[in-house]
Amino acid sequence: MVYSYFPGCTLRAKAKGFDSSALASCKVLGVRFLELQEWQCCGATFPLQIDNSFPLVSPARTLASAKKAGRKLVTLCSACYNVLKRTNHVLREDLDKREKVCAFIEEDYFGDVEVLHLLEILRDKIGFGSLAAKVVSSFRGLPVAAYYGCLLLRPPDEVGIDDPEAPKVLEDFLSSLQCQPVEYPYKTECCGSYVALRPGELTVSPSRLIVESAKSRGAKVIVTSCPLCQFNLDYAQSENVARGEKAVPVVYFTQLLAIALGLGEEVLQFDGHIVPPGLIFQAAGVGGVGA
Amino acid sequence: MKTGVFICHCGLNIGGVVDIPKVLESLSDYDSLGYVTDYRYMCSDPGQQLIKDAIRDKGLTGVVVAACSPAMHESTFRRVAEVAGLNPFRCEMANIREQCSWPHRGEPEKATEKASAIIRASLEKVRRNLELSSLSIPVTRQALVIGGGIAGMQAALDIADAGYKVTLVERLPYIGGHMAQLSETFPTLDCSQCILTPKSSEVGSHPNIDLFTNSEIHAISGYVGNFNVTIRRRTSYVNWDVCNGCGLCMEKCPVKRDSDFELGLAKTKAVSIAFPQAVPNRPVIDSEVCRHFTHGKCGVCEKVCPVGAIDFEQEDTFVDVKTGAIIVATGYDLHPKTKVGEYGYGVVKDVIDGLEFERLNSASGPTQGEIRRPSDGKIPKEIVFIQCVGSRDEENGYPYCSKICCMYTAKHARLYKHKVPDGQPYVFYMDIRAGGKGYEEFVQRTIEEEGVLYLRGRVSRVFEENGKTVVFGVDTLSNKKVEIYGDMVVLATAIIPSHGQTNLARLLKISTDEWGFLSEAHPKLRPVESLTRGIYIAGCAQAPKDIPDSVTQAGSAAAKVLALFSSDTLSHTPEVAFVDEELCRGCGLCIEACAYDARTLDVRRGLAVVNEVLCEGCGACQVACPSGATFQRNMDTAQVMSMIDAVI
Amino acid sequence: MKLSREVIATEDKRKLQDISGEEVLSCYQCGKCSAGCAMTEAMDLLPHQVIRLLQLGQVEEALHSRTIWVCASCLACSARCPRGMNLPNVMESLRAQVLRPGDRSLNPADIPYELLEIIPEQALVAAFRKYT
Ligand SMILES: Cc1cc2nc3c(=O)[nH]c(=O)nc-3n(C[C@H](O)[C@H](O)[C@H](O)COP(=O)(O)OP(=O)(O)OC[C@H]3O[C@@H](n4cnc5c(N)ncnc54)[C@H](O)[C@@H]3O)c2cc1C
Ligand code: SF4
Ligand code: SF4
Ligand code: SF4
Repeated sequence: MVYSYFPGCTLRAKAKGFDSSALASCKVLGVRFLELQEWQCCGATFPLQIDNSFPLVSPARTLASAKKAGRKLVTLCSACYNVLKRTNHVLREDLDKREKVCAFIEEDYFGDVEVLHLLEILRDKIGFGSLAAKVVSSFRGLPVAAYYGCLLLRPPDEVGIDDPEAPKVLEDFLSSLQCQPVEYPYKTECCGSYVALRPGELTVSPSRLIVESAKSRGAKVIVTSCPLCQFNLDYAQSENVARGEKAVPVVYFTQLLAIALGLGEEVLQFDGHIVPPGLIFQAAGVGGVGA
Repeated sequence: MKTGVFICHCGLNIGGVVDIPKVLESLSDYDSLGYVTDYRYMCSDPGQQLIKDAIRDKGLTGVVVAACSPAMHESTFRRVAEVAGLNPFRCEMANIREQCSWPHRGEPEKATEKASAIIRASLEKVRRNLELSSLSIPVTRQALVIGGGIAGMQAALDIADAGYKVTLVERLPYIGGHMAQLSETFPTLDCSQCILTPKSSEVGSHPNIDLFTNSEIHAISGYVGNFNVTIRRRTSYVNWDVCNGCGLCMEKCPVKRDSDFELGLAKTKAVSIAFPQAVPNRPVIDSEVCRHFTHGKCGVCEKVCPVGAIDFEQEDTFVDVKTGAIIVATGYDLHPKTKVGEYGYGVVKDVIDGLEFERLNSASGPTQGEIRRPSDGKIPKEIVFIQCVGSRDEENGYPYCSKICCMYTAKHARLYKHKVPDGQPYVFYMDIRAGGKGYEEFVQRTIEEEGVLYLRGRVSRVFEENGKTVVFGVDTLSNKKVEIYGDMVVLATAIIPSHGQTNLARLLKISTDEWGFLSEAHPKLRPVESLTRGIYIAGCAQAPKDIPDSVTQAGSAAAKVLALFSSDTLSHTPEVAFVDEELCRGCGLCIEACAYDARTLDVRRGLAVVNEVLCEGCGACQVACPSGATFQRNMDTAQVMSMIDAVI
Repeated sequence: MKLSREVIATEDKRKLQDISGEEVLSCYQCGKCSAGCAMTEAMDLLPHQVIRLLQLGQVEEALHSRTIWVCASCLACSARCPRGMNLPNVMESLRAQVLRPGDRSLNPADIPYELLEIIPEQALVAAFRKYT
């Protein structure tokens, strides 16, 4: 299995652990990621102004370069996934916009490169059953809450990786690693996204509600597939960490994958995390992860 | 040949656009014109009199009424002609309203010219119209009613009471439909079973009603007055003629299953009678779970039955009936709560739908009428009702309003308060649609006297949290978000056509709307007729409605059937297709073209034959025929050509 | 509030419609959007109220609302709206109306350094797209 790979801006900066854990795990699973020769930031958010095609230019460039590479395009970050899929959708459906964008980037691109999320490859190509067979380091029923947020699910007719009201792909993934998926009602609620940059506005952050809900159902860890979700849920617990209170580490699903496949700390790169994940894994007896 | 032309102003509808004096003048050169005049409203009594007088006084042999569409008034004016002694088929309408003055409002001069042309064409047609007389069809004076809910029962009783035989076919083992599941009914809160049972038992024992429950329509052919229907009676594995309804089999049967009648809120046995007052009071064995069928042994019921009614070998039977008219009253289903993702996909146990609430509130229901929630049997102290679930929601359900849920939700909230006086009901609504007699008063009393809190807004999510049903809603009157940590939630889910209704409609060749509700022939003037003659519709099969409306419609459909049965023959238009036997080569292309199954091939003679009674005179066959052998009476090729000549 | 044809149908409203592609009249004010919005706590107007103001031609009032800056474009509202209203597009069109003449609602200098140190790049890119 060989795919083109689009890391996106954050995975090469503040979310290095997402990138390295995924790449290392995929190697073990026999999936090859070939990074696109040319790529630029997707824009991080899909433009909602229909009279302006300009913000579509950079995702369209990335997609066109994937087209040239001739392979399906994989991303890890939910935001990239969302923007690339929605851009594809517009370029397929709106001939006028397609013409404008294509003229600008000087490429013929029809929105026809298939964009996949790593979760889709695990679910549909490898299969969670075969994945389970490759686990060397079991989580032994560690209770983990899956946090989807918005970008993997909405709008359902354009991106929807799963049922928008009751998704289960992450839970199935967790089960295959012998984690105990924790059901909680906030798994598809918004974490506040970029509004994090207006810290004065929110007195109770939506992220806190999400973390509290997961915690109240017994979650010891939360997994996400978006650096901004990871940050918001993590950051919402800074005070707890400062006060030495119990907090729930928020990690990328690929970091759990890497641990389960027996990979070492060097690919996990937990260093940027506010709530340190290492202790939990140590307590759960999962091989070789320090604090 | 002396033809009269009568031009109607239709007030300003025609007269305000078409220059009528000019039209009159333009006709002056037309030969064989016996009389020309105009009038403000030709369809009024004086207008009709004008035509009658002219026919008699001027000795007219043909009439053209230039007015509105023939769909509106052709029969009116043909009757006028007939009364005045003229063959009605020598009267034609020239449509100068829908086809002239309305679409050409802005161009009066052209409209005037066009009106003249249309009238000339009609004159040409009338000139060659034959004097025809209506066809006569024999009528079998027996009716078939499909669906034994309150609508079907009412229709069957009305026809049977008038002295005609009725066959009533019901899919379930019992009659009564959804009304049998209701506890108390708005707006008077009388007990549903109490008002239903007298009717059900009357249906069950009426000498003129042949009741087929556990049965379906298997095949149907024929036409108005003469339908042939095959009914499939599904096996119950119990000989109902022998069974006396003692219920011993049900008592002793070792296999439990979810009761459909109780919507899965209670158990019943593999052999069961749905509820104690069921008509007919006869059991059915569910072969999917019965141990005799699943394991090849058991037979307890067979052993205990005192009259030897159990018959594991029994098979489906087919019964043919002849009927003159059909009433379709197949009712409704509820939009399944398992399709509503934001309210938990039916996974949260204490989120139920309205019918489930009816069962909880029913004295004979799973909780003996105590409001107890399904998850743990506790009495809910905070209960949330959500209206318009799947209704008025074109994105996730249906765009239409289900019409009855505002009322039954008010009823539910009120019944809940009667049972749980210290409990608090909340109702999320968008608008309260209570447009029936005493309905608004009922809702207002519910709010004022019972203290039900109405919140204006839709609910975004429902989920379960620590044994509570959490509701995220809004109150758009105070513009506040609302969170309720309730004990139970009742969804007023949309009314949708009963499953299989579209297939039945196809079998009967009647049409449905895009959701599958049966279409009426005219939304205002022919609300209980389908577009197929002899087939009528009633109850929720046509659109969501409450019991009073269902009963009204059923009575009205029965009246239509009785009108049909008032004579043993029916008349049918003679303006139908005929085949010139000299020209027909028997290719059969016309048979495919006919949408009414009115054509067959006489193989022996190698000719196409028209069943005139089925022919609607649409002309599709005439277009399809490559040999020019097919004609429409009073619309033959010579007529059409001369009409075209008159226009150009 | 005085209503008239001129008040209801303003040039601004037409512009908003062009930017968002949404017809605000299709909203029947059920409030489901507001009921499920995760950000309402910081909003001065609930999402459905913003739409209502636009229906009434009160564009100015909508433009001055905090709500349009707090909306996180999470699409929870549009995914559930019974009328298929893309409410986030309408919010974006209001932001655009303010920003296009050159205003900005987020000043890089105002972001605390400690936050800047740790917040993912993705957040910065998104925020500057939405707020400048
Ligand atoms: C929760 C709830 C509460 C209600 N409360 C009230 C109330 O208080 N007052 C009030 O006036 N109304 C109330 N109603 C409305 C009431 O239920 C309907 O108005 C009424 O039942 C309609 O009767 P019907 O005969 O048209 O349909 P149904 O009751 O649905 O009967 C149709 C029958 O046709 C049968 N059938 C379907 N398809 C076929 C087929 N292909 N072949 C043979 N048979 C078939 C079905 O099995 C069924 O027996 C309520 C409805 C609901 C959902
Ligand atoms: S055979 Fe047994 S299981 Fe089947 S209906 Fe009779 S008693 Fe019940
Ligand atoms: S009757 Fe009332 S609850 Fe039912 S769909 Fe119509 S408005 Fe909604
Ligand atoms: S959910 Fe849709 S229709 Fe309802 S108030 Fe919001 S925008 Fe309007």
